[in-house]
Amino acid sequence: MSRFNEAGEQPAILVEGLTKSFGEVHALRGIDLSVPRGTVLGVLGPNGAGKTTAVRILTTLLLPDEGRALVEGYDVVRDAAAVRRSIGLAGQSAAIQEELTGQENLEIVGRLYHLRWPQARSRATELLEQFGLSDAADRAAKTYSGGMQRRLDLAASLVGRPKVLFLDEPTTGLDPRSRLGMWDIIRSLAADGTTLLLTTQYLDEADELANEIVVIDHGLVIAAGTAEELKGRVGGDVVEFTVPDRGRISDAVAAVARIGDGEPNADKETTMVSIRVGGRGSEALIEVVRALDAAGVETRGLALRRPSLDDVFLALTGHAAEDEGPGGRRRGRRSGRRGKDSEDMERTAS
Amino acid sequence: MTAVAERAGAPGVPAEPGPLVRFGWAVSDTLTITRRNLLVWMRVPAYLVFTVIQPVIFVLMFRYVFGGAIPINGPGGYVNFLIPGIVAQTAAFASFGTAIALATELKKGVIDRLRSMPMARSAVLAGRLVADTGRMTVTILIIIGVGYAVGFRFINGFGAAVAMILLAIVFGVAICCISAYTGLAIGDEESVQAFGLIWLFPLTFLSSAFVPIRTMPGWLQAFANNQPVTYVVDTMRALALGGPVAANLWKSIAWLAGIFIVFVPLAVRAYRRAS
Repeated sequence: MSRFNEAGEQPAILVEGLTKSFGEVHALRGIDLSVPRGTVLGVLGPNGAGKTTAVRILTTLLLPDEGRALVEGYDVVRDAAAVRRSIGLAGQSAAIQEELTGQENLEIVGRLYHLRWPQARSRATELLEQFGLSDAADRAAKTYSGGMQRRLDLAASLVGRPKVLFLDEPTTGLDPRSRLGMWDIIRSLAADGTTLLLTTQYLDEADELANEIVVIDHGLVIAAGTAEELKGRVGGDVVEFTVPDRGRISDAVAAVARIGDGEPNADKETTMVSIRVGGRGSEALIEVVRALDAAGVETRGLALRRPSLDDVFLALTGHAAEDEGPGGRRRGRRSGRRGKDSEDMERTAS
Repeated sequence: MTAVAERAGAPGVPAEPGPLVRFGWAVSDTLTITRRNLLVWMRVPAYLVFTVIQPVIFVLMFRYVFGGAIPINGPGGYVNFLIPGIVAQTAAFASFGTAIALATELKKGVIDRLRSMPMARSAVLAGRLVADTGRMTVTILIIIGVGYAVGFRFINGFGAAVAMILLAIVFGVAICCISAYTGLAIGDEESVQAFGLIWLFPLTFLSSAFVPIRTMPGWLQAFANNQPVTYVVDTMRALALGGPVAANLWKSIAWLAGIFIVFVPLAVRAYRRAS
C-alpha cells in the first residue's frame, strides 16, 4: 500500500488495519486513519474504546499486533527513533515533576531534546510566556491549579517543536473555564500548522477543535466525517426528562411519541425518557411540556440539550441506550455513569 | 522504497546520528535524569528524613540502647563492630527509594512520557541508579561522621577505609538493581514498599551486621553465615578494623557479580516491557 493519499500528498499520520489485543481484550480491531498535514483529527469515543491504545502505538510506546502506522512518513515500529523526533505527546500531566518549578520542568525536557543549556533555558522561558505561566515559572508545579498543570504539560510536549502533536484527553477533569483556555491554546497550535490528533470523550470538544472526527467504539472506527456530518446523523437537539413514578413511563412515552423524530427512548432503570427533536429545540420543548401536562404525568429534570456522545452512539449504532450490542456487551450507556469498569479495563489493558 | 525516499518523506527531521553522538547523548540524558532526581530528592523533606535522619537514629539506637547488651571482644568494642554493619544496612535500605520512585513513575505515566521523547532509552534507569548512588554515598558519609562522634575509628589505614566505603557503595548499587527490578515488575508504590520490607529486613538483620552470628540459634546461623550481606559486612569490618580480608572479599565479589548478572538484565527487561 502507498504511503501517499489520492492527491499524492503524504499525510502526517497514516494508519492501516491496526490491531492490538491484550490477552482477551481486543483494544483495537483494525482501524484506518489518515490525517493530512496541518489538520486536526478528533478521535471521539468512550473510555475503553481504544483511543489511548491507538495513541500509544502512534507514539511508539506500544507495538501493534497487525497493520501499520506511519507518522510523518516514518513507520512507528521500524523507524521509531525518527517518529519520536517528529512528535509531541501531552494529555494527563504525566510529564510534570510536581516538586520542580515550571522553569525547571521545561529545561529538563529541553535537555532531553538535546538542546544546549542556554537554549533549553530560553525555550522554557518562551513557552512559559506563551502559555501564561511566566508568573508561576519559579514555583513548584504542585502549587499549580489543574489547568496550569495541563498547560505546563502541553508546553513540555512542544519543547522539541513537534510537527505532529498527540493530545490524549487534554481537558478531561478540567473545570469549564480552564477547558475553554485549553481550547484557545489548541486552536492557536492548529493555526500555526501543527498536525494534531486529539482524543476526547466530548462531542463539543471535537466539534470546536477538529477538522475531521472519527468515532471509535470497541476498537473499531464506527464513523468518520466532519462535526456537521456527524451531527446530521445524530439528528440535532434532545429533550429529556425523568419520570419519578416508574409505572407512568409508558404514559409519558405515549404522550410525547409524536413530537420527536422517531420513537422516544425510555430507560426503565433510570426512568429517563429522551426525544430527538432535530432543529426544533425550544418549540419542541414547549410541545413536550404541554403534552405531559395534558397527560397528567409528573416529571423531573425536564431539559433541552445539545446532542452528546451518547446520542452519536445511539444514532450510529442504532442501539437504544440500554440495548445489548452485537458483541454482547452493553453499549451506549450515559457517559456520566459509563464506565468505571471500562476505564479500568483500558488501564489494565495498557 | 529506497532510504533516500524515506528520508525525503519528512523534511526537517534530523537524520539518525552516528554512534558516537548517540553515546554522548546517552551520557548527557543520564546526567539530566540524575539531576532531575536529585532535585526532587532535595525538595521533599520526607526523602531527606529517610536518607539522613533515619540512619542516624539507627546508629544512636544500636550504639546506646542495644550496644550495651552486645559484648564484643574486638578492638574498639561494639561501636567499631557496628559502624561497618550499619553502613551496609543503610546502603541496602537506600534501594527502597529506587524501587518506590520507579514504581511511582511507571504508574503515573512519567516513564511513558519520557519514552515518547527522542532521548536515550537507557537514561531513565541509568539516571535513577546514578542519583540513588549519590544519595547513598551522602548517607554513608553521614553515618561514618556520626560514628566518629560516638567513638568509631578506622584503625586499618586510610586506603582500607576508602576500600570499605567503595565496597559498601557497590553493594548498595547491586541491591538497587534488585529493587529497580521489583519496582518496575510490581509497579505499585505501596506493594513495592511492603515487598521491600519482606526481603530487605531479613537479609540485612539476619547477618553479621548488628550482632555476632554465634549469638543466634544454630538453624539461623546456617543462613546468616552463608548469605551475601554477611560476606560483605565481614569484608568491610576487616577493611575498617584489620584482619584477614581475602576470603570474604572473593565471596562478596562473587555474590555481587551474580546479583548484577541476574538483575541488571531483569530490570532492563522489566523497563522495556513496562512501556
